[in-house]
Amino acid sequence: MLSPVEAISRVAVEVGFITCINHTWSPVKSGSVPKPAEVSVPYPAGASAPHGQARLVRPRADRREITAIFAGGAIGTLARAALAEAFPHSATEWPWPTFGVNIVAAFLVGYFVTRLQERLPLSSYRRPLLGTGLCGGLSTFSTMQVEILKMLSAHAWGLAAGYIGASIVAGYAAIHLATALVRRVRVRR
Amino acid sequence: MSVLIWVAVALIGGGGSVARFLVDGAISSAAGRDFPFGTMAVNISGAVILGLLTGLALGNDEALLAGTAAVGSYTTFSTWMLETQRLTEEHQYRKAVLNVVVSLVLGVAAAAAGRLIGAQL
Repeated sequence: MLSPVEAISRVAVEVGFITCINHTWSPVKSGSVPKPAEVSVPYPAGASAPHGQARLVRPRADRREITAIFAGGAIGTLARAALAEAFPHSATEWPWPTFGVNIVAAFLVGYFVTRLQERLPLSSYRRPLLGTGLCGGLSTFSTMQVEILKMLSAHAWGLAAGYIGASIVAGYAAIHLATALVRRVRVRR
Repeated sequence: MSVLIWVAVALIGGGGSVARFLVDGAISSAAGRDFPFGTMAVNISGAVILGLLTGLALGNDEALLAGTAAVGSYTTFSTWMLETQRLTEEHQYRKAVLNVVVSLVLGVAAAAAGRLIGAQL
């Protein structure tokens, strides 16, 4: 049976932005990253292989990439805003909406990015759609900071410390867990 | 609350995400990719703007559109955590800790500064 995450990502793939992959996209931001031209990725039978040579120079702002980020960001933001409106809380209450979306988005981004980097053929739109767009739009840093500021202003020191600690620990653990789950599955060849 | 507001939330959220991508890209290519400066710059600048909006004491719809939708989508928790986790995978523990601590300290400070400025306006 399809896991919910897998289902979402498959639907996202079916819905749009499919077809040609004619430039490679270097997904890792830190550490040693092979240049796009050096990347060699196995394409499973049936998957669309890039036609023509990979461009040496990566286009700075590919329109499909921007569209994917916009679409993912719109959906993620809608979900986050709806939760924030549905569950209002005072400055001295645990901010469940922000905490919830942040941890869920962390798990999802860990899942998507690891799977796209290490398990699926190179794609030019999936990471922008699911990682940068959906998870980036779903999660928020600024709201968390203002919530912490309001807790500090209300002298709710313990709450502020607990919120910071729980967000960091749970966010980190969620990505670690999602990454480990993806890596447990053998590479498809 | 009207449907129009929610359409605007989606559109503004998409725009905020694209803005994050562009700013992150510009900062990362200028400062190098050894440390996630791009995400940090996005998050700190977003914190100062949201602090400012908080200081302005906006109405509900304005706060939803400008704060939750625009600045909320512009900043990111997930990428911040992902980059931190990837740094620890590469055994760059000092950078990982710095990424968390500096973002938090500057983030709260930026929000406080923004709120102060907003309250003066």
